[in-house]
Amino acid sequence: MSRDIVSLILAGGQGTRLGLLTEENAKPAVPFGGKYRIIDFTLSNCVNSGLYNVGVLTQYRPHVLSRHIGIGRPWDLDRNDGGVEMLPPFRGRKDADWYIGTANAVYQNIDYVDSFDPKLVVILSGDHIYAMDYNELIDYHLSKLAHGTIACLRVPVSQTNRFGIMATDFENKIVEFQEKPEEPKSNLASLGIYVFDWPFLRKWLIEDNDDNTSDHDFGKNILPKMITDEKTRLFAYDFEGYWRDVGTIDALWEANIELTRPLPALNLHDDSWRFFTHSEEYQPAFIGSNTIVNNSLVSEGSEIYGKVVNSVIFQGVYIGKNTFIKDSIIMTNTIIEDDSTVEKGVVGENSVIGRNSFLGTGESKPNKIAPSIYKSDLVVVGNNVKIPEGTKIGKNAAIWNYVKEKDFEGDVESGGVVKPE
Amino acid sequence: MLKVLGLILAGSRGGCLEPLTKVRTIAAVPVFGKYRAIDFTLSNMVNAGISKVGIITQYSPRSLMDHLGSGKEWDLDRKHGGLFILQPIYSRHDESIESFGYRGSADSIFQNMTLLKRGNEDHVLIGSGNHIFKIDFSDMFRRHVESGADITILTKKIDKSKLNEQTWVVETDDNGRVLRWKNSESAGENGEELASLGVYFINKFLLRELLYATVPQNKRDFLKDIIIAKNDSLKILSYEYNGYWSNISWGLENFYHTNMDILNHDIRKELFSKNGRIFTKLKDLPPPKITSIGSICNSFISDGCVISGEVTNSVISRKTYIRAGATVKNSVIFEGCVVEEGATIENAILDKYCVIRSGGKFTGNNEKPTIAEKNRVV
Repeated sequence: MSRDIVSLILAGGQGTRLGLLTEENAKPAVPFGGKYRIIDFTLSNCVNSGLYNVGVLTQYRPHVLSRHIGIGRPWDLDRNDGGVEMLPPFRGRKDADWYIGTANAVYQNIDYVDSFDPKLVVILSGDHIYAMDYNELIDYHLSKLAHGTIACLRVPVSQTNRFGIMATDFENKIVEFQEKPEEPKSNLASLGIYVFDWPFLRKWLIEDNDDNTSDHDFGKNILPKMITDEKTRLFAYDFEGYWRDVGTIDALWEANIELTRPLPALNLHDDSWRFFTHSEEYQPAFIGSNTIVNNSLVSEGSEIYGKVVNSVIFQGVYIGKNTFIKDSIIMTNTIIEDDSTVEKGVVGENSVIGRNSFLGTGESKPNKIAPSIYKSDLVVVGNNVKIPEGTKIGKNAAIWNYVKEKDFEGDVESGGVVKPE
Repeated sequence: MLKVLGLILAGSRGGCLEPLTKVRTIAAVPVFGKYRAIDFTLSNMVNAGISKVGIITQYSPRSLMDHLGSGKEWDLDRKHGGLFILQPIYSRHDESIESFGYRGSADSIFQNMTLLKRGNEDHVLIGSGNHIFKIDFSDMFRRHVESGADITILTKKIDKSKLNEQTWVVETDDNGRVLRWKNSESAGENGEELASLGVYFINKFLLRELLYATVPQNKRDFLKDIIIAKNDSLKILSYEYNGYWSNISWGLENFYHTNMDILNHDIRKELFSKNGRIFTKLKDLPPPKITSIGSICNSFISDGCVISGEVTNSVISRKTYIRAGATVKNSVIFEGCVVEEGATIENAILDKYCVIRSGGKFTGNNEKPTIAEKNRVV
């Protein structure tokens, strides 16, 4: 049965709205929740649903992602039959090149899907944090005798202009598709999770590829065209579980902080739906005396001597004495020295914050170069940064990857940006 | 890559750790939360570049086998070398083996002579699954080869009062050559003694000859019948180790205090940050969570835990739940335990999957920790 279904995870997203966090990484490889990366959630959903033929379509900066997934061992995807396969773009044929749009990316991998001769393909995105049993979606698809089924979430009407919206009839058949509408006809938002009959989709992909006016995108081109075609049966699947788009820095921060709540919407500790990751071997976390650790995730390998409140601490992090971490996410192997404070910080991997520093101080001012990316009073610090002792950094500030001590000229005011030479 | 075959003796019954060894051999007893005792010797070997390791098992090996699996966590799932599980076998061709099982450390190696005959290794490193320490074996190996010793033994200066009665101590000359062996009981009253730790480097061909010369004569103890008996005719050198050391087969109190040692910053650094990592079976559990009503002081917390109670000076293994209002003090908790609302445990060791019921009390004293065996409900 498992050979009948092929899953394709679109993991080429650049994630420009994540700013410096995706400068070197594809969005699916952005760290999340103490020890995971974003794509772990989609991959774990696949194996938890019994889908073992998984193709991962990469394009933008795939190195971290490729190393993370490897041969798929943490997800039991190192298999003789099927398993995970990285599908980067390739050349050598006249119709093969960089992936232009989501539909084009799938089109270029028709040979990969055909090799399984599947009945269904499940198209997924590697950009979202969610827990979904794809079997329910697939069962729904089969029961409706649909050509394609789109997983949808009901969103507040105020947010419909961020999503593709499906208008449906009495039996949930999609009758109209609106891309980011101001006047929505429904509040059913597409989650970018699709099931298609493969021979049906294959035909549409080839047709779309021959259309020079198309952007070769599922949401923009293929779905609207399918819906206007009278013979096509496209259905909306009403998903009611946890789903988050962490495409912006404040959404990423919020979804992390949500995990620390007493009854989180996404329960990582749920034994019946586990999330797997490529985890580094670290010793258990050590929490020292005279410390307060409250409402937080503290991953293995970390040593806490200061105060940590409402925060997510990744693996191998060191928090010094008299240091106060509040409402922050501190990523792998970062050191925060003694007597410092970090408030509403997003601090990248392998960075060092010198002693007596204060991140997230002063009045709120918009960011100087990208106010729509670095906002909500968050301080964003990249990977491999060294912040000198006694530095004060204001709200909405952005400290780029690889910034070293010499790049600083004293304190950084709110909205400030520091880039390496 | 060292051309060394690693052998780990992991078959001991360990009556001194009852009831923790009721269901497992000592090498498989959990330590420091997520580890098993054997992880230390095995990781030390792998970190030194040894890629072929035989594990000699006998007593209650199920838990150990489950832990080791194919050896992939130690990069020992290989085509060249890798992990060999050496269980006792019943051989009907060899009449000299009357009964099933290994009858001594030398016998256990002798019965696995095939592993010694095959392979291109020149040397054998013999260790034990009961030792908790972190060493750079490649340095010891270099000394072994450069000094031209027949056998190099690992030693450490240990205070007489801390020695176990089964430990042997040695006297050496200025070059480290072992002159005399003494049982620790017959050694002097006070001061430090150079104790043999039970770790040996030996030339593989010499080991084969020594085994053939002794084991068929019913001399089956590696230390007494081979090393000590041949001390005068062989060049046996001592390599002194100065780091942290514990042998968890030295009784329950020692086991309890060994676990507590990990709350010391320097010991933690030494065991986990120097000379490579300690590897163990991965379980992919979520990061530990401390809720808004939980508090932790001076403790070691593993993945998958949810802490809502008060935890002080304790070592907590994976997937343990400390519920609201519960107090855990000076305790060692193995995997999957639940301390329910309002319960108190102090100076205790909880084996896997124990439950302390709401409002319950389970306390011992600092000298003698109280122990709950596996699956117990208090």
